[in-house]
Amino acid sequence: MSDDELIWRIAGGSGDGIDSTSQNFAKALMRSGLDVFTHRHYPSRIRGGHTYVEIRAADHEVQSRGDGYNFLLALGDSFARNPQEDAFYGNEEIKPLSENLDELREGGVIVYDEGLLSEEDVADLDLEERAEENGWHVYPMDLRSLAREHGREVMRNTAGVGATAALLEMDLEHIEDLMEDAMGGEILEANLEILHEAYETVRDEYDFTHDLRAPEGEHEEEQALLSGSNAIAYGAIDAGCRFIAGYPMTPWTDVFTILSQNFPDMGGIAEQVEDEIAAAALALGASHAGAKAMSGSSGGGFALMSEPLGLAEMTETPLVLVEAMRAGPSTGMPTKPEQGDLEHVLYTSQGDSSRVVFAPGNVAEAYDQTRMAFHVAYEYQIPVIVIYDQKLSGENTNVDVSFFDREPEPTLGSTLTEEELREAAHDASGKFQRFQHDVEDGVSPRSLPGQKDGRYLATGNEHSPVGHISEDPDNRVYQMERRLEKLEAIREELDEEHDSQQTYFGDETADFGIVTWGSSQGAVEEAVARLNEQGHSVKGVGVSDMMPFPEAEMTEFVESVDEVMVVEMNATAQFRGLMQKELGRYGEKLSSLLKYNGEPFEPAEIVEGYELNVDGADEEPTAQVRIEPAAGD
Amino acid sequence: MSAFNAIGEDREIDRDEFTPGVEPQPTWCPGCGDFGVLKALKQALPELGLTPDEVLTVTGIGCSGKLNSYLDTYGFHTIHGRSLPVARAAKLANDGLEVIAAGGDGDGYGIGGNHFIHTARENHDMTYIVFNNEVFGLTKGQTSPTSPKGHKSKTQPHGSAKSPLRPLSTSLNAGATYVARTAAVNPNQAKEIIKEAIEHDGFAHVDFLTQCPTWNKDARQYVPYVDVQESEDYDFDVHDRREAAEMMFETESALYEGTVLTGRYYVNEDRPSYQEEKRALGDVPDEPLAERYFDDDYEWERSYDLLERHK
Repeated sequence: MSDDELIWRIAGGSGDGIDSTSQNFAKALMRSGLDVFTHRHYPSRIRGGHTYVEIRAADHEVQSRGDGYNFLLALGDSFARNPQEDAFYGNEEIKPLSENLDELREGGVIVYDEGLLSEEDVADLDLEERAEENGWHVYPMDLRSLAREHGREVMRNTAGVGATAALLEMDLEHIEDLMEDAMGGEILEANLEILHEAYETVRDEYDFTHDLRAPEGEHEEEQALLSGSNAIAYGAIDAGCRFIAGYPMTPWTDVFTILSQNFPDMGGIAEQVEDEIAAAALALGASHAGAKAMSGSSGGGFALMSEPLGLAEMTETPLVLVEAMRAGPSTGMPTKPEQGDLEHVLYTSQGDSSRVVFAPGNVAEAYDQTRMAFHVAYEYQIPVIVIYDQKLSGENTNVDVSFFDREPEPTLGSTLTEEELREAAHDASGKFQRFQHDVEDGVSPRSLPGQKDGRYLATGNEHSPVGHISEDPDNRVYQMERRLEKLEAIREELDEEHDSQQTYFGDETADFGIVTWGSSQGAVEEAVARLNEQGHSVKGVGVSDMMPFPEAEMTEFVESVDEVMVVEMNATAQFRGLMQKELGRYGEKLSSLLKYNGEPFEPAEIVEGYELNVDGADEEPTAQVRIEPAAGD
Repeated sequence: MSAFNAIGEDREIDRDEFTPGVEPQPTWCPGCGDFGVLKALKQALPELGLTPDEVLTVTGIGCSGKLNSYLDTYGFHTIHGRSLPVARAAKLANDGLEVIAAGGDGDGYGIGGNHFIHTARENHDMTYIVFNNEVFGLTKGQTSPTSPKGHKSKTQPHGSAKSPLRPLSTSLNAGATYVARTAAVNPNQAKEIIKEAIEHDGFAHVDFLTQCPTWNKDARQYVPYVDVQESEDYDFDVHDRREAAEMMFETESALYEGTVLTGRYYVNEDRPSYQEEKRALGDVPDEPLAERYFDDDYEWERSYDLLERHK
């Protein structure tokens, strides 16, 4: 836990504008030269309900939400009471102040809106006593009246930001600039007045007892603040994807929305359709006709895509799907992260699966691996799934602007032009041989409807080289093996022609390894760094290639250590199971650290998991996690 | 220069062009009405000046799904009930293609019913032929959405308690702009209706009565049939939605009372197709999207140019 960082939590009710306020504040911190990372917690409803965003900012790289927080701006939940005030839902109103208060670090700062939260409610919290015990510094302020005086009550957020900036001794310049970008006219003026009034009141009238100040930093180059959903959408754009079909579902909706908003200006097509079966089928139809196309959903919607996914495998139609996991089963916890859909995505749909699955570990990887997904899908005529989760979907972090300065890759891969088609194999009747038996890497190039002399039948039935339905055993074996051969060829290309999509960190000589996958990577990476700083010797890897599995890389990693702890956000150790299946051994070497309470890992929980794993077999973890010993234990 | 030179190609078209050079053995029973659809298409397509390489036939699962095994066009034999979403996306990606979707009554009105309603609602410029034999054929004779009330089958041993779905009325209410019914036993009308459906700019739905000699032996062979346009007993305006609705209702009821009414029921030439609606909003490019990937001069937009909002 480092002292040179700020973890600012803004907490209020859903509908209080927490999201946009925090977005701008994160940008202001980024513009001031800091690295930032955001974590968003919200309930599955539109108005009311405790919601918060944490912004972690430091002068060094930040890869996770961090541990706890050290600044709380508690706005109170202004939607906790219904307008008639004749119903009261318990003490919801004060939740933004009371909930997870224990996670506020020692010496932390609290600003709360005494205009909304009643004295009695606050008194019930024993705030003074607890503040004394924990060394917290409490600054009540009537944000509500201040906002009302100069504008409207909803501008309480701005007052809160002004108070924050004063307490952290931050310059207002970046905050003002961002407000000017986002609004205008009277609204801008009112907000600026509120910002300054709050800032000056706190600066001039409050006695500062706290030590926390905004860190100072500098970037070598211009930064952009993006979420994992932005990165996936932008990876798709740069891969030449211009067709998306979907049906709204949290958290997948973000990618769908971003592309639906951008495609019209790029001559792309976005379709919101009747259900997810249609969504995947449309992407398939567009791809069949020669567009680079994608669809996606979250767990429940992805379940509906199982059949079109199988059809893409059988007809060898390029297709990219994204799956944004949330806590399941069934509707589960719609706005909470979990990594529980791995097996769903790997194996859903009838028959032997032949698909590619990537699980990016952070925002930059989300961009890179989405591009790679399109490359592989169109080169090898295979469905590729990018699996991520609510956490990566919504977390914002800064990335060098130059990272995106590269050439687009709009190629259709192994698709023939009409000229090439004339030279290509046709059967005696003149039909194009779309599914030839003996071809390099198992890839038989395709034609597109409307091309001269390229017609064939694509069918979900087993089929002959020209696509006719066929149950001939020899042909069946040929076609099956050719389709599966593509996975080997993809593995080979990933191993030999590209940088590994696995991310390695920690002490190379260590005897203890921590393996994780997908979006838990950042927290694990920080935990490993901390363990090594504390004198332990630990190495780690964040795995992204789920299928085809990076067998060589993972064998090397597991062989290089005595013990491996697999960290993932689910209850049944799905990735550990995949490792054992793919590597065919190491059951006695692999233990698990699992978390499935709807909150992503904090680095400290992984540190503790390591310590208990190594030293304290009988002790219970203090965090809401579970340790699953290796099979040999 | 187009990358799809079969589209709009102007040449002499042989009347046998849509018959595959090497024809797979038919899986349809002797006397099956499905042959009637195949024949009507093989005649209609060359008469419309279409070549096999510019037609995409998208089918579902069932006996009807085999249509594109015997019709020599680009074909996509999809999964049960899902021909329409595949077909309409292909049309959106390349609207130069002539897109024909086909499936059975179970496929289109049962498992794919949601897609049927929404594709009609959106008025995609394509043709949808439903092989309606009032029974599940390929799975051996179970009751289908259009089986008459009381229909006995292995899965409904006491007879079906359900009233049959009204395909024409459903289509009209959902938004289809060309709705017709024809029958395999009426080849000339079938061919003409299919030609009209293909030429129609919008969602054209043809409920095609295809007798099943194996699983629906007791059912009528759809003879004698009456063409509502030619019969003096019926007088309604196909452009009038209200009159069309009444005539559809009567036709659907009459089928189960032994009278086979066929013909055109509704034609709306005023409503723009979905592609046109979307293009007017700027949501579909002027040039087909599928062409762009072959255009070496196209300047592809980059995410790098979208970063301003993130700085």
